[in-house]
Amino acid sequence: MRSQVINLTVNGTERELLAKPGTTLLGALRDGLGLTAAKRGCAQGGCGACTVVVNGAAVPSCLIPVEVADGATVETLEGMASGQHLTPLQQAFVDGFATQCGFCTSGMLMSASALLAENPAPTRDEVAVAISGNVCRCTGYAAIIDAILDAADRTRAVGSAAAD
Amino acid sequence: MATTKHMSPIDTGYFSDERAAAFDVVGTPAPRSDARGHVTGQTQYFEDVAYPGMAHLKMHRSARHHALVKGVDTSAAETTPGVLRVITHRDVPNNWYTILRLIGVQPDDEPVLAEDRVLYLGEPIVAVVAETEAIAREAAAKVRVDYEDLPAVLDVEEALKPETIVVNPKHGHNYFTYEGHHCRRIRFGDVERGFAEAPHRFTHTYQSAPIEHAPVEPTGCVVKPEADVRLKIHSDTQACYFTLDNTALILGVPFNRLRVIGGTVGGGFGGKVDVMVEPIACIAAQLTNRPVKYVYERAEEMQVSSPRAAERITIDDGVTDDGRIIARKVTILVDAGAYSRHSPYGTTKAAAHMPGPYTIPNVWVDAHCVYTNRTPSSAMRGFGVTIADFALESQMDRIARALDIDPIVIRLRNAYRDGDMKAHRKEVEGAALVEVMQKAADLVGHDLPADCRAMSSTHREAR
Repeated sequence: MRSQVINLTVNGTERELLAKPGTTLLGALRDGLGLTAAKRGCAQGGCGACTVVVNGAAVPSCLIPVEVADGATVETLEGMASGQHLTPLQQAFVDGFATQCGFCTSGMLMSASALLAENPAPTRDEVAVAISGNVCRCTGYAAIIDAILDAADRTRAVGSAAAD
Repeated sequence: MATTKHMSPIDTGYFSDERAAAFDVVGTPAPRSDARGHVTGQTQYFEDVAYPGMAHLKMHRSARHHALVKGVDTSAAETTPGVLRVITHRDVPNNWYTILRLIGVQPDDEPVLAEDRVLYLGEPIVAVVAETEAIAREAAAKVRVDYEDLPAVLDVEEALKPETIVVNPKHGHNYFTYEGHHCRRIRFGDVERGFAEAPHRFTHTYQSAPIEHAPVEPTGCVVKPEADVRLKIHSDTQACYFTLDNTALILGVPFNRLRVIGGTVGGGFGGKVDVMVEPIACIAAQLTNRPVKYVYERAEEMQVSSPRAAERITIDDGVTDDGRIIARKVTILVDAGAYSRHSPYGTTKAAAHMPGPYTIPNVWVDAHCVYTNRTPSSAMRGFGVTIADFALESQMDRIARALDIDPIVIRLRNAYRDGDMKAHRKEVEGAALVEVMQKAADLVGHDLPADCRAMSSTHREAR
């Protein structure tokens, strides 16, 4: 089998890469494009460290053959902050001590960002369901859920202030 | 030798300028220095490092719990297109892990790559270095090992029977030797006299299973040969100097030939202390003169990385009518697996810990570090004392229930106080245990009788 040219819109920029058969979206991002925020934890869809947002949905990128994502819009953690300016979600993780070793953080933030884009005012249970595919072995789940709820509040506060 | 309490007061003159500073950090939140890197994806873990021409290492591992290795055929692996090098024990300059030599524990008992025998399922035998991970994986699977099976010893009590086959020939028997003794022993007071005086006797056995750390980031490293012939090691080790020293000893090179870049660990919990990947990756980098990545697959992380040891603990207590333990006899069997790693040290910790935070006048402990054909166990969060505490506090609850005593009251009656001598001959200092339990009882609205309320860690009330 021959390599294929794959086109992706990654964090708003059109990217083109040559992918050998068997290349996953995670491999294409990390090894092909040098975007290493998405992590390889288990390479079998069990830990969520590789979570990115594809066409608006949080997915484990280690399970997606990159050919399937050809033409898709992909968001990774590298595209979340604008310059040095953190989003309310990122700032809530910093302020709420929702990071420990940091290895799950990228996947947690991508799952959370897909949730908040679809549901700006989630309940605690909805947040827990949204990150249920993301393993934090430091077991910091309570702080992570608190931070995501805090981010939703901060975003709504900014939105209502803008509307005034 | 002077003890802490006889030392003169600490001279703080050197810090007199700092004393003028505000010192207001304690009690106020300070942001984590690494949080911004974590939330922006800029934190660099070892696997985020990539070099042009980087090769990949995969391991062929033992398919047996216990066997002699009669032959190893690497020809099919060597002729697989894309394979750069096949590495056996003959390529390892000093084929012994030396992790414990560094803290004064001997003997070295574990090869880097297996030689004439394998002692556990998943033991590394042959390393394959290839252009891609997939090729390395495929070629490693093509290695053929001719085994002669030996009986597998999978139970600690079975291991200690005289007729059982010896697991690790470096020890000559299935236990670690502590200063000439077959176990780590604590002897304090006269436990038999204590039992004779005790109206109640409680004997229970507690068993734990091995526990895997399961860090989300697998164990691994990237090694890059540098222009100055040094090897640069990007590692997720929890112990950079263990990695540096152990790798240098195995390679037979001066320490300054290695440069370890670490400190960013994607979850460790004790599981990334044993230095299992860096030495062989360094050898691969030397032999191929290429940057080499060696990272565990998730299945390897679960199967071969060292878990918390399984422990079997029997506690035999002699107790008075009012719940005071006056004699305690304990036997601990720690399943070290096939090799020592940190288990001899963990077993010593378990022995010292066995009275628990209680003052017991007569204590007898035999703590055995036992070799079996299981995955070698090693460090994990408080190892040695964690499972001991599960056993100890379960035992306290059982005694309390049997004698119909409040479980907090029975702990207060036995609690150690400042100045008490512990069974391993350390005097208790700064205990505060009584006050912590009193406060905890307050916080949950639990009434304590007046005699318990009057207790103090700093002075023992008259009885």
